[in-house]
Amino acid sequence: MAADALTLRRRHARPRVRLMPQLTGWGFVGPATLVIVGLSIFPAVWALILSLRDDNLLAPGSFVGLQNYRDLLDDPDLRAATLHTLLYSVLYVPGSLVIGLPIALALNRPIRFRAFYRTCLFVPYVVSAAATGILANFILDPQFGIVNDLLAGAGVARQGFLQDPSQALLTLVVVSLWGSVGLPIVVYLAALQDIPRELLEAARVDGAGAVRVFRAVTLPQLRPATVFLVIWQTIDALQLFDLVYTTTKGQPLDSTTVIVFYLYQQAFQLFHAGYGAAVAYALFVVTLIVSGAALWHARRGEAPS
Amino acid sequence: MRRQWPYHLVLMPLSLLFAAPLVWMLITSFMPDAEINAYPPRLWPSHIDFGGYLKVLTEDSYPRWFGNTLLVTAVAVVSHLVLCSLAGYGFARLRFRGRGVAFVAIMATVMVPTQVLMIPTFLVFKNLGLIDTLSAAFVPWLATAFGVFLMRQFFLSLPRELEEAARIDGCNRLGVFFRVVLPLARPALATLAVFTFLGAWNDLIWPLIAINSEETYTLQVGLTTFAGARHTQWSALMAGNVLATFPLIAAFVVAQRHFIATMSFSGLKG
Repeated sequence: MAADALTLRRRHARPRVRLMPQLTGWGFVGPATLVIVGLSIFPAVWALILSLRDDNLLAPGSFVGLQNYRDLLDDPDLRAATLHTLLYSVLYVPGSLVIGLPIALALNRPIRFRAFYRTCLFVPYVVSAAATGILANFILDPQFGIVNDLLAGAGVARQGFLQDPSQALLTLVVVSLWGSVGLPIVVYLAALQDIPRELLEAARVDGAGAVRVFRAVTLPQLRPATVFLVIWQTIDALQLFDLVYTTTKGQPLDSTTVIVFYLYQQAFQLFHAGYGAAVAYALFVVTLIVSGAALWHARRGEAPS
Repeated sequence: MRRQWPYHLVLMPLSLLFAAPLVWMLITSFMPDAEINAYPPRLWPSHIDFGGYLKVLTEDSYPRWFGNTLLVTAVAVVSHLVLCSLAGYGFARLRFRGRGVAFVAIMATVMVPTQVLMIPTFLVFKNLGLIDTLSAAFVPWLATAFGVFLMRQFFLSLPRELEEAARIDGCNRLGVFFRVVLPLARPALATLAVFTFLGAWNDLIWPLIAINSEETYTLQVGLTTFAGARHTQWSALMAGNVLATFPLIAAFVVAQRHFIATMSFSGLKG
């Protein structure tokens, strides 16, 4: 009897003693978890359901199965938007790394004015897309813009930039690079400072020249930073919206309509909530595939060493 | 020391090229429109003209949008600092059931792009009657996975001994957190505050969707709409841009020494 009571008490007592750490733990993490997961998992599931329906943004519709996904495969406007997004990404992602890395290497040296250079190159990163867009429209205006005035002064013909269908997307790439190359610079700088000094010195002592040290030591050490940046910048490029909205609004002649801009038009201007959700999910899947491929490639590259 | 001039030869023109558009924005914000449109172009105003600023601050709802954005950003920063540092500490130090699941769930949300969430979130807010209110603008900014991750990584990098000493001295968890841990976390908190400030201040697509009436606009939505309506009044547009941008540049310059340090511990090394 007494032994039974004892085990009984112990069995009941155990959770009571351990309740406090549970409560403390959840007290710390609960609010943030609720906000973050609640505002994301729940809408994500809802979006999946929406993508299988033909709902209007203002009124519910009916279940249509995979019809939205079938439609998006034969949507010529979406195909054009995808093409623009791909072209933009192919220029923007490598561009930002190719510009960012040499600048970071130079800034990693003990030279004068380093803080000045770093500030100048990073500050455009904090300027909002709205302000950047307005500024780009102003500076690159075909008639009044200062860039065309300077070009005319140098004897070059005036350009249409954002108002010329053959130049608009390319101009957007240049404006985006101006506004965002600060990130690869800072990330590469941080990674460069983490490379153990002994490693570089050992390579030099072994007689490697500057180019050899860079290729055999620095570049492999920067690999995690590069993988991070490729994924980050690709997601950024695939989700391009703000700058298009504040400069061209997809014009001229729809030459800058990118996927998210098209999605915005479908969902919030034409109110096709179901179709918009399907486009969003398709983009989500593409993003996952691209990030997964980049990670897989990085893993495979690391395996031999 | 080897010769430096090859570096300066590349970095100096590049830096000036990067700064030039912002300098031009500042100069033209003090130029009367007639001089901005003059031909041949002027690079310097004949006198400092406040016409653009006056127009922006008196004729439009600009001060209101500025106030709205200030409010949204303040709520976002405070809420981020509180919720993310609490959660970051919980995930870094406390043991409790469901910790792993909760952390993975938070990190998984990083994969879901905003575009997927926009439409249902809009519908939820519409049903709650929150569309076209400022609370719609800040709800997505109350806490983010990035903030939780950043703070967790920082707390993991702190030595445990200090906290254990305080615990032995009879301080409870919350006391340890506020008196011992938070004061040490100042660099991480500064970085988190600046990133949140940047994100919430510059957010465009969500307030664009969630807010329709002019008096509830945030600064970014207002600027964009205002640019469409006044597309030749460049001095006013540039004045608006300057006022919207300089708080950010100031915040960045103040906090920039924390950035690189934070980036190297936040786990970019995979």
